[in-house]
Parts: sequence; C-alpha cells; structure tokens
Amino acid sequence: MDFTLTEDRAMLKDMVARFVADNYPLEKRHEIADSADGFSREMWSQFAELGLIGALFSEEDGGFGGAGFDISVLFEELGRGLVVEPFVASAVLAGSVISRLGDDEQKSTLADIIAGGRLAALAHGEPDSRYDVCAVKTTCSRSADGWTLNGNKAVVLNADTADLLVVTARSSGGEWDEDGVCAFLLPADADGVEIRGYPTIDGLRASEISLNDVKVPDSAVLGAEGKAYPAIEMAVARANVALCAESIGLMEICRDITLDYLKTRKQFGVPIGKFQALQHRMATVLTEIEQARSAVINAAGRLELDRIEREKAVSTAKTLCGQVGRLVAEEAIQMHGGIAMTWEYSLPHFAKRLIMIDHQFGDVDYHMARYIELSTAQAA
Amino acid sequence: MDLNYSDEELAFRDEVREFLDKELPKSLSDKVLTGKRLTRDDMQGWHDILNSRGWLADGWPVEYGGTGWNAVQKQIFEDESCAAGAPRIIPFGLKMLAPVLIKYGSDEQKDYYLPRILDGSDWWCQGYSEPGAGSDLASLKTRAVRDGDHYVVNGQKTWTTLGQYANKIFCLVRTSTEGKPQEGISFLLIDMDTPGITVRPIILLEGTHEVNEVFFDDVRVPVENRIGEENKGWTYAKYLLTHERTNIANVGANKVALAHLRHIAKLQTIRDKPLIEDPYFAQRLAQIEMDLDAMSTTNLRLLSSPDSVANAGPMSSMLKIKGTEIRQAINDLTRRALGPYAMPFVSEALDAGYNQEPIGPDYAAPVAAEYFNNRKITIYGGSNEIQRGIISKMMMGL
Repeated sequence: MDFTLTEDRAMLKDMVARFVADNYPLEKRHEIADSADGFSREMWSQFAELGLIGALFSEEDGGFGGAGFDISVLFEELGRGLVVEPFVASAVLAGSVISRLGDDEQKSTLADIIAGGRLAALAHGEPDSRYDVCAVKTTCSRSADGWTLNGNKAVVLNADTADLLVVTARSSGGEWDEDGVCAFLLPADADGVEIRGYPTIDGLRASEISLNDVKVPDSAVLGAEGKAYPAIEMAVARANVALCAESIGLMEICRDITLDYLKTRKQFGVPIGKFQALQHRMATVLTEIEQARSAVINAAGRLELDRIEREKAVSTAKTLCGQVGRLVAEEAIQMHGGIAMTWEYSLPHFAKRLIMIDHQFGDVDYHMARYIELSTAQAA
Repeated sequence: MDLNYSDEELAFRDEVREFLDKELPKSLSDKVLTGKRLTRDDMQGWHDILNSRGWLADGWPVEYGGTGWNAVQKQIFEDESCAAGAPRIIPFGLKMLAPVLIKYGSDEQKDYYLPRILDGSDWWCQGYSEPGAGSDLASLKTRAVRDGDHYVVNGQKTWTTLGQYANKIFCLVRTSTEGKPQEGISFLLIDMDTPGITVRPIILLEGTHEVNEVFFDDVRVPVENRIGEENKGWTYAKYLLTHERTNIANVGANKVALAHLRHIAKLQTIRDKPLIEDPYFAQRLAQIEMDLDAMSTTNLRLLSSPDSVANAGPMSSMLKIKGTEIRQAINDLTRRALGPYAMPFVSEALDAGYNQEPIGPDYAAPVAAEYFNNRKITIYGGSNEIQRGIISKMMMGL
C-alpha cells in the first residue's frame, strides 16, 4: 500500500493547479460560462496542448494515462478552478465508450478528441430514466441499409457543441434490461437529430435531444449489437470518479474560503471563528472531507477490479461525496451568512456546483440503494 | 498510489496469521468473539504471549524492544489480531506511559520501567481525571508538596480504568498554583501499595466494574519518581494523549464488530425474511459499511502521511472522532437488530463458564451492555468536543 502520488501524477497535479490558478480566475470562468458555447475553445485547445485530455486515455488510445488515479488527480484540480470545459462529456463519457467498443475506424476519432479538435458527447440518459443506467427506451430498428433511431435524451452534457454523439438505443429486451442496449457513433448534425441546449444552475451546459427517424449506417454501431451496457456502465463509473474528485477540490475551496472568513469577519467585537458554535462545525467539515477523500481514493484505486468491487467502491464514493458535499456547501453558506447569498461573492458558485454534482449520474439515495443491491448480489 | 498490499506486506500478513493460529488460545478467542468478560489473567496471558514473540511494543523504537513496524504493518497486525479474536492489548503502560518515558524519562527510569512494562512486572493505570477536572484536565487539584526527598500527595483521581489490577499509577499532580493552571503540573510515577492510597470501585451504568476512584492521603512519593522537570507535566501529558495513534480509530475492531452485526442481521427475521433485507435496516448498515471503508483508508493515509508528525494532535483528533462515531453507530444498530431480545440481561451469562441455556439467541447477551458501555468512547481520552476544539485551534488557527 502506498498513498503517495507517482512522480508523473504529482507533476500533472502541479501543472493543472498552476495553469488554473494563473489562467482561470473566477471572473474569467463566469465570462466563459456565459458565452454561447458555455466553454472556451481557446482554453480547450490549451488544455489539450498541456496534455490534460490525453491524461484521461491509455497509451493504447493515444493518451498517456487513463487510470483511476489519473482521473482523480486531474479532476480535483479542475474542481478548484470551477473549470467548465467539456472534460467529462467528451473525454470521460463519450471517449470511454468509443475506446471500449469502437473498431479501428471509430477509434480513429480519439486522436482528434485528445487533440481537442473534435468534441463528443454521450447521449444516454432519458426523460424518465433518472439515474438508472440500464433504462433505455430510445429504439433502434434494423433496416436494409442500416439503423433508424427514435427517442429522447435528457440533460446531455455539452451536446449542443459536440461534433460527435454517442447515442444509446434499445434493439431488444425490456425497458430496464441490460441486454439489448446498443451504442451508435454519429455526427451531431445528422438528419433528424434535434438538440436544444440550455445552461444549468451551476454554470455548465446541457441539452435535450430528440431523435426523429435518425438514419445511421451499420458502421455507426459501436461494438456488438445489444451488448453496449457494460461499456456504458464503465464510462459512468469513470465519470463518477471524475465528479467525486472534482467535488473534493470544491470542498477544499469552500473550506478554505470559509476558514478565511471565520478569521476576518467580526461580530460582537471578535472574529466569528472565536465562537465554539462555529468552531466545532468547522472541525466536523474538516474531518468529513478527509473521509470523502478516502472514498475517492478507494474508488479510483478499485476502478480496474471486478465489476461488483468496482461498482461498490464507486457507489460508496458517490454517496459519501454527496453527503459530505452537501454538508460542506450548506455549512459554508450558513457560516458566512448573508454575503454567501450574493452572486458577487466567490463561495456560492463553488457551493452550487458541489450540490449539483449529486444530480449527475446518481445521487446519494440512488447510490445507497445500488450499493445495497450490489452487496446482496455479492453475498448470494 | 496503490491500494494493494505489496508482496512483503502479504508475507507479513501470512506471518501474523500463522502466529495467531498457533499462539492465540482458543479459549481466549472464544471469549473475545462471544463478548464474554476477560479476567486479569486473560489479559496478562495475551500480553505475555505477544512479548515472547517480540510483538508487544509496536509503537516503541526498536532499541527499546519495539517492532519497528510501519503504519501499514501495524494496521495489518491490528486487523488480523481483531479478526482472530485476540484481546485488546492493555494500553496504559505500553502505549501511554512508555512513549513519555522514552521521550522525557531519565536513563535510570527508562532502564528500570520499560523492561518491567514488557515482562508484565508492572501493570500501570492512569491518574489523570479528577471529580472536578474532566474535559478541563488542567484544573486538576491533587496536590504534591515537596518534603525533602519526597512529594507528599493528597487528593483524588477518578475513572481509573482497571486500577483494581494495577500495581503502579502515573499521575498528574499540582506542584504549583502560580501562573496558568497548565504551568503548575508535574508527572509522577507512584506505587499503588504506598501507604495512604485507597482504591474504590465505580460501577458503570451496565453494572460492570471497569473503573475506579483512587484516593491519596499523605502519600509519600520519592522525588526521583518524577518524570522530567517539576511543573512541566502538562507537556508530557499532552504528548501522551497524542502519541499513540495507531489504534485510535479502532479500525480493526470496528471491522469485526461490523461483521458480527451483518451475521446477526442475517439470522434475525421479519416475517421469515432476513432483517438484512429490510430496506431501512439495509440502508443503515450500508451507511456504516461505507463510512468504515473510507475510515480504513483515512486511518492509513493520515498515519503514513509525512505531515502526520507535525500535525499529530489534530490528526489523531480526527481519527478519534470518526472512529468512535462509527463504533457507536455499529453498537446502536446491533442493539436494534436484536429487537426485544436486547432487553434480557443476566450478568453472569457474560462470565466464562456460564452453562445455562441462553435467553433468546446466543449472541444476544452482551449486545445492549456493550452499547451502553461504549457510550464512554466519545467521552474519554478527551471528549469528541475537546477533539473538535483541538482541530479548530491547531489545524485551523481559530
């Protein structure tokens, strides 16, 4: 056992931290988030040049990392900067599925994704699916010259700027069966794909997508027909590690801003950090962040273990990060008082993102139930 | 980062397993695993077995007879020992006094006392708390007044765990009332058979005799029994409280307690379905499992981190807070898992040799008592509120 970062990852961490500190101040972030794309293409190509997208892919795929700890190191630092560029959408989600299921032709898109030249998004969740990864109602039917897709996809991250979409659809099986889920790789501007982009409350962009008789050739199918579920599950697991690591960065920023405030804000003639009512709550915040960090380390380190061990660790991390994230965000706002209710102040933007992470790929309740299901399956 | 055990660590684990398999008496592990009370001889016996193997003093430097284990090895040893049903090592001499002796004691004191701790010649108990000095330990009033080559000690200590078995007590005493309360405290080593010492049992809420009051009435203590300087005892006392952090989170014992809870939850039924399948119960159990899984990593991470020395105080505070909260959650859920059978309490059933039919399931007898007994863990060793104060001051500068 060893809890120190390898030299490469320590360098990656320092590099991202420095870049974010120098180039991504909060005012800039707001400006970027407010732009039409919802992210900066210039920033994105700088991230690509620094190798940050490549850090999320294995050498085999043209990257130089791709392991759980590469994801966690990178996203923790991105979290500190509230970075809005589409790392999760393009590299972690769509990139993972293409990497696992794609043939040589399809995988050739990875070079462009890693270089930042092309953007991809994973259109998987649906209006009724909530967080259930196997719930796919979108249909795909076979015809003489390919496939026809019909259905709706919901809250798809960064789809409105994507060049490529990975779309899931069902060729067979019931609504919640793992079997029968197919994945397709298609251009985002294919006929019949209608994308309605919108901002999210925490400064990102997402889209509702309707697929109306979208025709794709056989060559668009990723992997074997009806067998895409394990790759989707794995992509979601990787995204959850990324989100949990991002939440650790956010928690520590919220902690630091709040600590600073407790030492400077005076009431009743003393800094409010002199009050035990606040000290003890802050001590709990610190302690719980260490627990959340441990859960993320466990999940990142178990990403390559067998499915149940991996998924249990991911659900544990998402549950604990959701619980601790909420604690940290709410306590930080409460201990600040009124100032934390203003747009102008820094803290609430970190707190908003921290809370909304719980709404991506499974909240506390979902992952608690899933953990129990996995434990039961393991015991049987 | 690597969460897997290395080949060396796996080999060490096998060595520990083999040792436990051979040397831990079954009669002893049966008692531990079924929640029976241990006698003085039970505890001393295991102490001696570990000492013969050289595995008793895992926190001491090697030159004094320590094992030289790193944080991971210590954790492996703890996990394996707990899983096998080994008794807890009595910590007062070994883990509390010894580090103070090693850091602040004179050569004579080290040469005399350390071997006696290892070979079991001395059973130490702790004289810190007083009726009027609990969380506010520095307000202690037991006086030691210099009279030639002796101190004359008068006062009262309380919560003295297993003092009924001890032949020695290390005490914080007041040698000055000048300045801040912390500045007038000295650290004395006292023979329990010195005239003027009286030990009186305190019976705990669940009926056991675990702690005592110790009264000092003109007790004469040689000046050479003082550790370090007069009036500097507070420094040594604080060192004692933060030094031995390896098992402060009790991860190994908590894992065993959690496994036992799972076992009970599979046997208990609601309308013929195992309790473990009840959604409310399953959720509570899952929460504890998740917390403990993270705790296990937090523990190793903090103990093996390079700033764990600089930040020893607040880090041990974090481990203490979270470890005790998780243990109490396990005790609480185990109690509830039993339903009405948490209520029967035949005290003799917890003694070895009790051979009557158990009331209700055979695992039920110790559960409620352990729940009540473990309310102490968030109170002792610096209450969890005191720990939060330490984190606030030392880690956050509040």
